[in-house]
Amino acid sequence: MVGHRLSRIAAAAGIAAAFSVSAFAQGTVRIGGLATLDGPFVALGQEAFRAMELALEEANYTAGGRKIEWIKESSDGRPDVALTKARKLIEQDKVDILIGPMSGGEGLAVKEYAKSVPNRTFVNGFSAAQETTLVSPAPNFFRFSTDGAQWQAGLGTYAYDTKGYRNVAVVAGDYSFGYTQVLGFMSEFCAKGGKVIEKIWVPNGTKDFSSSIARIPAKADAVYVMLGGADAVNFLTQYDQSGAKQPLIAGSNVVDQTVLSSKGPFQRQLVGTPSAHMVADEIDTQAYRDYVAQYKKRFPNALSSPSAPYYGYYVATKAVLTALNQVGGDISGDQAKFRQALAGVKLDTAYGPVRLDENRQAIANIYVTEVARRADGSLYNRPIKVIPNVNQTLGQPRDAFVARGVPSRDNPSCP
Amino acid sequence: MNARRPLMARPQPWMVRTLLLGALVVYPLLVPVFWVVSVGAYAIVLGIIALSLTFLAAYGGMISMAQMAIAGAAGYALAIFSLHSASGDIALLPWPSAVAVAMVVGTGTGLLIGVVAVRSQGIYMLMSTLAIAMILFYLAQQNTTLLHGFDGFRGVAVPTVSGMSLRDPLPFYYLCLVFGALLYGLVLYLVRTPFGLAIQGIRDDPRRMTSLGYRVAWHQVAAYGVAGFIAAVGGVLALWYHGGISPGSIGMTATVSVLIASVIGGLGHPRGAFIGALTYVLIQIFAVDLVGNERFNSLIGFVFLVIVMLSPDGLIGLWRRIRGDRTGLGGVVVAPRQ
Repeated sequence: MVGHRLSRIAAAAGIAAAFSVSAFAQGTVRIGGLATLDGPFVALGQEAFRAMELALEEANYTAGGRKIEWIKESSDGRPDVALTKARKLIEQDKVDILIGPMSGGEGLAVKEYAKSVPNRTFVNGFSAAQETTLVSPAPNFFRFSTDGAQWQAGLGTYAYDTKGYRNVAVVAGDYSFGYTQVLGFMSEFCAKGGKVIEKIWVPNGTKDFSSSIARIPAKADAVYVMLGGADAVNFLTQYDQSGAKQPLIAGSNVVDQTVLSSKGPFQRQLVGTPSAHMVADEIDTQAYRDYVAQYKKRFPNALSSPSAPYYGYYVATKAVLTALNQVGGDISGDQAKFRQALAGVKLDTAYGPVRLDENRQAIANIYVTEVARRADGSLYNRPIKVIPNVNQTLGQPRDAFVARGVPSRDNPSCP
Repeated sequence: MNARRPLMARPQPWMVRTLLLGALVVYPLLVPVFWVVSVGAYAIVLGIIALSLTFLAAYGGMISMAQMAIAGAAGYALAIFSLHSASGDIALLPWPSAVAVAMVVGTGTGLLIGVVAVRSQGIYMLMSTLAIAMILFYLAQQNTTLLHGFDGFRGVAVPTVSGMSLRDPLPFYYLCLVFGALLYGLVLYLVRTPFGLAIQGIRDDPRRMTSLGYRVAWHQVAAYGVAGFIAAVGGVLALWYHGGISPGSIGMTATVSVLIASVIGGLGHPRGAFIGALTYVLIQIFAVDLVGNERFNSLIGFVFLVIVMLSPDGLIGLWRRIRGDRTGLGGVVVAPRQ
């Protein structure tokens, strides 16, 4: 018996030495930030670190009576690199809590990794693949931002009821985030009775969209577009040049500030385009005005208003700080106490209340928007309607929603 | 053949090799887990893929940019037949057969690329293999039915042998070390065989080898096959290391990283591949602490430039020069270009 107990103590000491390190003894909590300062998402990564910096400064780098040490790492948007950097933060820098990553594929990779280090806590930054928290979620992975399908809540209904579209063609990026957003749009639009008569999937990084544009059927009332960054600008420019007159419905990335602030004649196509996202511009609440004012004061040379990735990382950091305050900075052992507090965190943000479901996935407001022009000529997303408390299964029973399978090229379908 | 072949090289003292191997065996017992897997094992994996390029360059005088793509072909083949996040509960093949398939696919891809590549030389071979690598990259990115397009494979299951996951830190490190050492030994052995001597003869003077009755192209294709086999081992280990594969794993950045690792280490001798890979991995991981996140590529480019300027035969050449070995080539052969 004694020998057995001794070996257990030795094992416990070994584990403690290997994992908890000196962080607890020194009284600091180490928080890792993982975003993209390399590759195609550089601008998003800068926003992410701005958000973490501001949230930590607000808390004066303390929470629950303990100092916070912030360690940054950068990926370039590739899952392999995100994984390497997450490993470095956890294993080498010994962070207690990791906030990140930025994009969908990275999120899936980091979630799988999280399962192998159950005594640390991972809080998603901005990655929005649906699978991350819907299919075999990791018990120590939390997401306080909504996913790509949630972002499209209300858009299908708006297109069908208010805009009166019945037949829609889809032009979307041929990867998981594209499928996810199309599913979010179609689940409402098809339920209303609308038809998606053609889906055109284009690889990321496509430059020439002429064949895609030529395939858009003439009888489509509108075209749903879901492309990101430079792809979106290229498509919109060529769509405008082709003389096509069908109105657009935009996925969340198409009307991102990075696209809206690009100059070109395609801008006229965009005005009036409906979209939906977890963020919108110029919301008429004091909380939102404070949020923007604070951003502009701290980062005078940044964007004209805080972006969606900024919001994602900001909420994640706020949630972590709130939970740390609740447990008095206690992240001892396997962080069970902290994690329990984190799962129960309810935040009031500039975009409304945020809370988690049983898979640790955010339930939050979604904004249906329309692109509008300011007096100075710049474009912004005018909020039309708020869809309150959108959950991951878009209001449907979880079993039925999961049973329909992961979104893909052919799922869902309503030709 | 001239006298600059490794056959004539000064033999490595056995003491050094035994000491080095011993150090590599006890290394993971002394350092934190991060240094075991994310530095040690990963450097060996990248080193194995770089070794396939160094083998072609040092002994065949051929630069192939397709080695990462070949590793990726093996990785993709293994992923398809393994359990992964989208596969359901049953793998298509038990893992030993899946690994065998991956090795065949990798080696076969190497041979096929060789068939095309040996029709050209020098910079033209480099460009044609780069083009093939990009073709495979776009194939992986655009094929959604088999290769899962942009998303690739995630959550690939790593085999468990007698209750021990091969992906646990120590087993994985030793797995990489064993295969790294075996392949390193294979290359050193192979270049002393008649086949290896013929390859070096072809590197030095293909016309003379032709007149001696050697089928030059066949030998070169066979060398590509050997390199394909080596890269395929690296591809299998890389898949297990990352737990998945996506087009980004075989894209331009990954392709170039193999070349950079080989050149930093030195293209003249197989050991350069591992030294270069370790250097590359260390820079990649710790650049953030030296120059900040945004400047990793600047730093790696700067190191690359400095090494190429100061020592065209890489870190191993630098070491030799520091030791003042200017006469003999110290076992290092810089492949002369014809």
